[in-house]
Amino acid sequence: MSTIKSGTAERRIFKVWRGDRTGGQLKEYSAEITPGMVVLDAIHQIQATQAGDLACRWNCKAGKCGSCAAEVNGKPRLMCLTRMESLPEGEVTVQPMKSFPNMRDLVTDVSWNYEVNKRITPFTPAKKGSRGVAEDGTFRMMQQDVDRAQEFRKCIECFLCQNTCHVIRDHDKKEVFAGPRFFARAASLEMHPMDTADREPFLKHQGGIGFCNITKCCTEVCPEHIQITDNAIIPLKERLADTYYDPVVKLFRWIFKGGGGTSS
Amino acid sequence: MEIQTYEHDVLVIGAGGAGMRAAIEAADAGSSVGLVCKSLLGKAHTVMAEGGVAAAMGNVDDRDGWKVHFADTMRGGQYLNNWRMAELHAKESPDRVRELEQWGAVFDRTKDGKILQRNFGGHRYPRLAHVGDRTGLEIIRTLQDHSVHKSQISVYMECCIVRLLKDGDRVVGAFGYFRERGRFVLFKAKAVVIATGGLGKAFEITSNSWEYTGDGYALAYAAGAELLDMEFVQFHPTGMVWPPSVRGILVTEGVRGEGGVLRNKDGKRFMFDDIPENYRNQTAKTEEEGWRYTQGDKTAMRPPELLTRDHVARCINREVKAGRGSPHGGVYLDISWIKERIPNAREYIKKKLPSMYHQFMELGGIDITIEPMEVGPTTHYTMGGIRVQGDTQMTSVPGLFAAGEAAAGLHGANRLGGNSLSDLLVFGKRAGEHAAAFAKAQGAGWIDEKEVASSQSWALHFMDAPKGDENPYKVQQDLQKMMQAQVGIVRKEEEMLSALEKIQQIKERALKVQAPANREYNPGWHTCMDLTNLVTVSEALTRCAIERKESRGAQFRDDYPEKSKEFGGLNMIIKQGPDGAMQLRREPTKPLPEELQQIIKDMG
Repeated sequence: MSTIKSGTAERRIFKVWRGDRTGGQLKEYSAEITPGMVVLDAIHQIQATQAGDLACRWNCKAGKCGSCAAEVNGKPRLMCLTRMESLPEGEVTVQPMKSFPNMRDLVTDVSWNYEVNKRITPFTPAKKGSRGVAEDGTFRMMQQDVDRAQEFRKCIECFLCQNTCHVIRDHDKKEVFAGPRFFARAASLEMHPMDTADREPFLKHQGGIGFCNITKCCTEVCPEHIQITDNAIIPLKERLADTYYDPVVKLFRWIFKGGGGTSS
Repeated sequence: MEIQTYEHDVLVIGAGGAGMRAAIEAADAGSSVGLVCKSLLGKAHTVMAEGGVAAAMGNVDDRDGWKVHFADTMRGGQYLNNWRMAELHAKESPDRVRELEQWGAVFDRTKDGKILQRNFGGHRYPRLAHVGDRTGLEIIRTLQDHSVHKSQISVYMECCIVRLLKDGDRVVGAFGYFRERGRFVLFKAKAVVIATGGLGKAFEITSNSWEYTGDGYALAYAAGAELLDMEFVQFHPTGMVWPPSVRGILVTEGVRGEGGVLRNKDGKRFMFDDIPENYRNQTAKTEEEGWRYTQGDKTAMRPPELLTRDHVARCINREVKAGRGSPHGGVYLDISWIKERIPNAREYIKKKLPSMYHQFMELGGIDITIEPMEVGPTTHYTMGGIRVQGDTQMTSVPGLFAAGEAAAGLHGANRLGGNSLSDLLVFGKRAGEHAAAFAKAQGAGWIDEKEVASSQSWALHFMDAPKGDENPYKVQQDLQKMMQAQVGIVRKEEEMLSALEKIQQIKERALKVQAPANREYNPGWHTCMDLTNLVTVSEALTRCAIERKESRGAQFRDDYPEKSKEFGGLNMIIKQGPDGAMQLRREPTKPLPEELQQIIKDMG
């Protein structure tokens, strides 16, 4: 049965970042630890007993909504999936995600992500008469052909990958870079068997996928274990290389597009 | 303090599946739409829906069709359903699902490339379109990505409504606050759709998040709308029970749909011991037959684990109370046993139930491909809610609409799994359509500034001029514990009468709660305001549960353990009286038209 055993409760020290956009500091609290407890439980306990206005986002508490992303002992994690037993003994520090502007305590302003999302061309379905579209307009797609798109659609938008990506975290390239979350979203559309839109110009220009140098930090922090780098970013980069830099493809396109360029 | 003001044709409160679907429909009808979410967009409880969306497309079993789905829904709801809603739902859900596919949803596939459908409790044929065990996420993301490209929709995130505003009889706007800075906001609107979900947070053990404090019910009630059959709260049979911190988190019915079985501590499949009369000819006689059903054998009947949720929850409760439970007060749910039947069972389970695999691995320290899970009932869903007209989803208050879990009628006394995702698509669309039409026919209403001012000072007094020093978190916890113990899965008159008294005491305490004086993202302050709603809905629920002196669907009364013919034809209606007190009346259900009665008979 469960490896989580009942035991005597202990108290542990938490250092939680309190503050807002003007600055702040770590403040010390303590929480009683029960078996199987996660960091989010401790934050709730602190809220209910010691700091009623401690700001934190959360919803499902089961790793499905992606609301409670934070940095626990310096590591970007979902608080609801971080078990206390998994942390080394001693104090636990809980800080907000570093790459987004702070609003209050553990809550950051992630609105930039929602803006990026709007810039991605939506799903554009194939019409009747196309291959894979039945008489009644419904799709015929084989499971193996949608497996890959489904992998990216597991994303719960916790934005931990965005927070961790050094292009955003260290270089703050938000103006010219969409980030791993949205490369995965673009990939889910590009690899959808029934989609007809072309997002390559977006990825190359506004999306700035070229800034990614495949350090795989995004993949490491993904709580859904999506292979963002290997399955989304690298194949997209390869497509762009084919489209924009392969001389044969370039010539081929030039001929069939009546001399039109490939860049947009 | 200046109040930000926005004006829309249609204001949708709540941005789960129903709210987003309503917003899309209203926008497509040419309305300007304000979409208010209590959390960030895309985080609503719809993401927690796991098993699938029920739609009689007949992709897996061509014997399925809307008539069977209609009959299943009515049987599951013990015939207290609004039959018109059950009819529309069964007829329209296939189109709503196919439409999602056109918007980019990627459902699991059949061998011939169509949308795959799976078995679920109370559904006669495999009917649930799904994506592994994360169907709700797929639906919410599809609706979200579809709606963000519509310029007519303005999204107001982390915004909470505390009052609906009326001009005479008609709803003309809403007042609320943005959680981020604590600034107040006034929405002027010609029509308002409530899609705020349920009230799970009235109970201690629940699959619902902090948001589900019954806001929509309380807002509609205060605006003069009627609430219907609030006693019917679904206790999902399988929530996690161990460790304590995850108690209540949902374990999808999909586990049982894929062949998972329930056993007590003696290893017995206790569900075979108690099969209700009206399901006897639809239930497997042997374990072997049940297994064949889950594997698609059309000649086999479903295993008793796939009986309706109310019944399975009660059976689990009985096993635990009789001392036959698991070490942490649940029973065993085992999917790992299928390795005796199929090759590569481990990979199959991980593919079909990926979220469950991770949930138990990461939160429970259990590998479900090797060991059984421990599960027990958890408060999951509200069948009751705001009373609406079946076709339009309008409430008894002009200009006020409701859809999804916030609305009542479709599910009667018990909801079938999978019928909530289809509910929110079918009736979200209808609410959006009719709200837009209503808005078109109306001029802008008059906003009562005094009402706005009084709402604002009410909101602020918890910080500026509290009437006491009660801790809002503590009062909320006390309410939840009390409701769990006294108005939970097994109910008794005397316990509920005492609960009603305690609710009055909690109501007094809720007036005296205090929050630290800080307007910015202050969950303590927000809890003060949510608590008011929670108290109102707890009272409505308890009053209805006392009045219904029978056991039917989700309501189980220890003192009235049988169904009663009299109550089988009665709905419970809650409305605010002229003196402000809560009033309850019984109302006879509308008789089914001949042709629908015939369908139910034919489907036996």
